Amino acid sequence: MIEFLMPSLGADMEDGTLVEWRKKPGDFLNRGDIIADVDTQKGLIEIEVFEEGVLEKLLVEEGLKVPVGTILALINPDGIAGKKSKGQPMDEKVPIQQPIEETRPVSFEEQNSETKRIKASPLAKRIAEAERIDLSSISGTGENGAITKEDVENAIATREGVAEMEKPKGIKMEIAGEPEKGKAGTEQVGMEQLKEAVPEKKPMGTVPPVEAIRSAVAAAMSKSNREIPHYYLEKKIDMSKSLSWLKEANSERPVQKRLLPAALLIKAVALAVDEVPALNAVWENGLQLKNEINIGFVVSLRTGGIMVPAIHQADAKSVDEIMEVLNDVIPRARALKLRSSELSDSTITITNIGEGSADKVFGVIYPPQVAIIGFGGISEEPFAENGLLGIRPIVHVTLAGDHRATDGLTGSRFLGALNKYLQNPETL
Amino acid sequence: MNKSEILNTIHELLKNIAPEMDPTLLGQEENIREALNIDSYDALQFIVALCEKLKIDIPEQDYGKTATIKSLLTYLEKKII
Repeated sequence: MIEFLMPSLGADMEDGTLVEWRKKPGDFLNRGDIIADVDTQKGLIEIEVFEEGVLEKLLVEEGLKVPVGTILALINPDGIAGKKSKGQPMDEKVPIQQPIEETRPVSFEEQNSETKRIKASPLAKRIAEAERIDLSSISGTGENGAITKEDVENAIATREGVAEMEKPKGIKMEIAGEPEKGKAGTEQVGMEQLKEAVPEKKPMGTVPPVEAIRSAVAAAMSKSNREIPHYYLEKKIDMSKSLSWLKEANSERPVQKRLLPAALLIKAVALAVDEVPALNAVWENGLQLKNEINIGFVVSLRTGGIMVPAIHQADAKSVDEIMEVLNDVIPRARALKLRSSELSDSTITITNIGEGSADKVFGVIYPPQVAIIGFGGISEEPFAENGLLGIRPIVHVTLAGDHRATDGLTGSRFLGALNKYLQNPETL
Repeated sequence: MNKSEILNTIHELLKNIAPEMDPTLLGQEENIREALNIDSYDALQFIVALCEKLKIDIPEQDYGKTATIKSLLTYLEKKII
């Protein structure tokens, strides 16, 4: 029997709320099927399964928040699908799991007592969490005293009545901070105008509050800064050839298929890291090299915070395919609708600050990875080559490496390889 | 399509990309991307949306003409009207 666990979707994740089971006992599961939706600090994530078999039993109720590693369900790798018998022959490399007698799944009652569960509907819980309402302070009016959405809304209304004179909280604080960033039109954009420009408070359904994402970033970055001794390298790369290649490529493409420099940079990093595999790794009780090159690409959210979806096996994809992945994943990252594999599979990260912005970015490694590559904005600079000085489009590329895992020489070899690929864009 | 209809379309498409901002407050010569905090990915999406909505093609060498409301309006007027 295979135990299906609450996955860790990043170093910062401690628990997740099982919002919905997408499969039921008796269903046949194929690799990559979405088995459940789990609510995390990074949004409502579709959880995929990576074993084949028949879903034997669900062990966690919908609406329950459980720690990472909790057994959520049992999957029978030899099972014959109860109702649907589209089962293919079993894959022999199904991992042998410990018998369930030894690692007994936690029963509902035990989990309840561990987390002191209060009966409340999933929606009520989400609203309460977002609004920082203590559920234990509310008495439920639902079935068996369960707390409903209305109960929570009443509690919020009561609190807001009491705290009318207090400073605005949560999302309203973000609005108050906006004038600095977006000085749209007039110099002094008043609060009233900004309020109008902001859509009405989002429904609390699946979108976690700005603070949740902020604290997920805070947790991961603090861990990194605490545990990882970073070293930093920088290389100035002439982008003339890459940009002319892109210009040429884009002139033949309809607007929907046009490539951004980011797609080219991602492919170049993937090929360069293939030559320096020590950077494509994680540090977990020592250096563990990874076979697949899955590039985490930092996507900034308009409300602040970042998401880092993985571009799987970027070395094996064409530049066009990478652009297609970006077109798919960036809007989903911004909508906080990523899949579990996209949040947990990255083996190295790229942060690309984009054109017209800072010249250089020195990244903070996302643990347990061992390197992050930073691309500054591409801009014209004087550049000397073969005794001649010219003006070229230049990108400053930085590498932050984990000094426990690799040394500067390794990082330097990587930057050399990256330069080689960007000088020969036709090889990408 | 007249000038004010084009302007409305621009505002509408910018609103889709930067929903928390009000693009009607943009100054004529203000850099749209900087003012609305739009990154290169969203800038491309804006151009794609303009092309689809107005049924035109904006070649890459013309992207520079889309930087401000004033230059974008002038450019689109020539294309459409």
